[in-house]
Amino acid sequence: MSGRGNRRSRPAAPEPQEIQETRGAGPGSGSGAGSGSGSGADTKGRTGVNSRSGAAGSGTGAGHGERRPYAETYGNPARERSRGSVSDVTTDGVHGRRPDRAALVGGQDLRPDGARHGGGGRHRRQRGRRGRGGEPTVVPEARFEPAPASASPDGSGTSYYGRPILNRPSWSQWDIGGYFFLGGLAGAGSVLAAAAELTRRPRMARALKTTSTAAIAGSAAALIHDLGRPARFANMLRVCKPTSPMSVGSWLLAGYGPLTGAAAVSDLTGLLPRAGRTATVGAALLGPAVAAYTAVLAADTAVPGWHEGYRELPFVFTGSAATAAAGAALVAAPAAEAGPARSVALAGAGLETAAMTAMQRRLGLVAEVYRSGRAGRLLRTAQTLSAAGAAGAAASALLPRRGAGRGAGRAVAAVSGLALLASSACTRLGVFHAGLRSAEDPKYTVLPQRERLREREERRAREERPRGDG
Amino acid sequence: MSAGATQAYGTGRAPRGNLLAGPEPDVAGDAGHAQHPPRVGFFTDTSVCIGCKACEVACKEWNAIPARDGAASDEGAFTGMSYDNTGGLGADTWRHVAFIEQNKPLGLAQADVAHGAVDVLALAAQGSGTPPEQAAITPTTPPDRAHGHGAAPAAPYGPPEPDGRTELRWLMASDVCKHCTHAACLDVCPTGSLFRTEFGTVVVQEDICNGCGYCVPACPYGVIEQRAGDGRAFKCTLCYDRLGAGQEPACAKACPTDSIQFGPLDELRERAEARVAQLRDAGVADARLYGHDPEDGVGGDGAFFLLLDEPEVYGLPPDPVVTTRDLPDMWRHAGAAALALLGGAAALFAAHGSAGRRRPGGPARLLGLLGAPVSKGGHAR
Repeated sequence: MSGRGNRRSRPAAPEPQEIQETRGAGPGSGSGAGSGSGSGADTKGRTGVNSRSGAAGSGTGAGHGERRPYAETYGNPARERSRGSVSDVTTDGVHGRRPDRAALVGGQDLRPDGARHGGGGRHRRQRGRRGRGGEPTVVPEARFEPAPASASPDGSGTSYYGRPILNRPSWSQWDIGGYFFLGGLAGAGSVLAAAAELTRRPRMARALKTTSTAAIAGSAAALIHDLGRPARFANMLRVCKPTSPMSVGSWLLAGYGPLTGAAAVSDLTGLLPRAGRTATVGAALLGPAVAAYTAVLAADTAVPGWHEGYRELPFVFTGSAATAAAGAALVAAPAAEAGPARSVALAGAGLETAAMTAMQRRLGLVAEVYRSGRAGRLLRTAQTLSAAGAAGAAASALLPRRGAGRGAGRAVAAVSGLALLASSACTRLGVFHAGLRSAEDPKYTVLPQRERLREREERRAREERPRGDG
Repeated sequence: MSAGATQAYGTGRAPRGNLLAGPEPDVAGDAGHAQHPPRVGFFTDTSVCIGCKACEVACKEWNAIPARDGAASDEGAFTGMSYDNTGGLGADTWRHVAFIEQNKPLGLAQADVAHGAVDVLALAAQGSGTPPEQAAITPTTPPDRAHGHGAAPAAPYGPPEPDGRTELRWLMASDVCKHCTHAACLDVCPTGSLFRTEFGTVVVQEDICNGCGYCVPACPYGVIEQRAGDGRAFKCTLCYDRLGAGQEPACAKACPTDSIQFGPLDELRERAEARVAQLRDAGVADARLYGHDPEDGVGGDGAFFLLLDEPEVYGLPPDPVVTTRDLPDMWRHAGAAALALLGGAAALFAAHGSAGRRRPGGPARLLGLLGAPVSKGGHAR
């Protein structure tokens, strides 16, 4: 305010009168028009109509961060005026002739002599640019491409310039997608480790306890790394909220992590065997929760690709977790102990595939995000690896365990195990990217909701009709 | 905020139903505020929005929100989306004015008027006092007056152009956080950083937020966001600091046309019903309220809107649902999946038997493999 006051009381210094270039007004359009009279206005030092932009100019330092020479920013006012690019309309009225410039309304030159466009003064739009042209009247409407069948004239197929309705989660794929994988590997691994220990398969148990501990430590690191304020990670344990899967998960990890670690340390060192056994069983009881809750973590969002599949997603995740843990067991355990791991691998891969198929059937239009793009590629890779791993695991059961073929059987089992691990990682990353994709495209938000509204309307109409007849 | 109002809101509440979804008449009371003022909110009447963006500026200034990155770097500063270079709501934009250009008439407004013979200088000499009978017909013009102008109600928009196109209308709407009755961002926040105020609004405590980012995908409207370079989540606070001092929020204060109206939610809902009826009478058949209904998927918004087209045209979801409505069902399914993992693994290990006591030979191994599909079928629901 004070700046403007100063400006008004200032004497007749030539004011910068920044031109607001009319769109499409080319150079020379006002040739000569204001040249003679411009200086008159100049010497009178009147405030120009563009006083706002002038005020901004006089406060150059504040507006532009760095001070630039006056002439560099605004040019020579006299020359600008002679080129007709500065208005002579002042607060005291019009000085001299008006510059021969006309506003372009609706992409059309409205000057009386603009009749060369066939204007005649009446608005008449034209498509595209022609002559001095201008721009199309209306910003093109953002429609979903290809327009889906349900797109209707009432606007249900439209969006706001194609912008997403949801804000995309800022989660990193390696941190959160990686955590989905590692958490599953750890959780299911603890189950298999306890089962192996109870069925006297000590080497498999030890291997799985070790992988679970490493995986859960990696999970915690990834989760903390993904925080916007990693130093505040302990705030996660500030409250316990059943409505927040992340809060539930934090408490789960706080209980599960130490148990897994204790089980592994006891096994590796031989210390406190009874406590170690208790920790092993405790970790096995919490492990499935760790593997399954991540599905709720993803599904309890507005992301259509995750939320709409909340019934099947936990089964995809536990199936994938079982596949990964069985893969780790096949890599690490000797053939004599690997029998159940092979079965778990087959069952896990089967459960994952069945649940994924069911989920895509339920998702309808949104299932696209699981079939196309990066997510589609990852999930197809996962499917191939899982099939190959399961077949390899089954084949390794039939190869001889003793004698000449022993090495071959072990190698097949190890390679199968690696394939199963990779398959699980690809599944999780695929689900992660499918969710992001479904959040980025407004059609996955709008069209299912439109469908829901339509069904609700139809249901209401059906319910009201009998009442109206009676 | 009288004692009577406080009593009315603080006591005698309706029986509490499901706190995760559905109508919730006493949202602040259910959040634990025993004595609290009435729930407040915004009614944004987009039919009188002129797109001045004063709300955006007032919000930025009052709340000291930093400039957007794009504007600083010139990268992506201009969107090509009509006059909207803000884009959408986010960490650094708590009010966002949308501009929509459409080839549709707006009520009885006539945009396609011949101006060729008009002497603008004579008009200017006449001053600003346009005689009422010469004023343009606006959406709020009563039908009888509109008819008096010869604008036949059956075809008020004039004939379409030879190329079949009708006239342009320009919709402007100031979007903001909806302060949902059932706020997903608040429900999923693992730190308790987001909380329900005594005014029934939803606010982030910046000293608690650890930037987990869970609220971002939880919001069905795409409002809250993590600030780049800061990590924490930010959104509209409905000027919690101003409310506490008895002031209205900065955007409502700045709005020159009262498109943004602030007040007790009950009162705003009544006012909105009257306004939408008035617009419909005036021939604006598209006018509708959005987010006002306590029966909707989020239990009604604390900030609701009068729109002139479908919500998705403005970038709003047509039928938002708070994601935690389905949370109990999600936990049930996850529990079933966890039990399937535990039970399936136990069953398969049991089928194989103990390694020490296992019968030698292939049949047991094959039996185990055969057992797999059976157990799979059982667990896959």
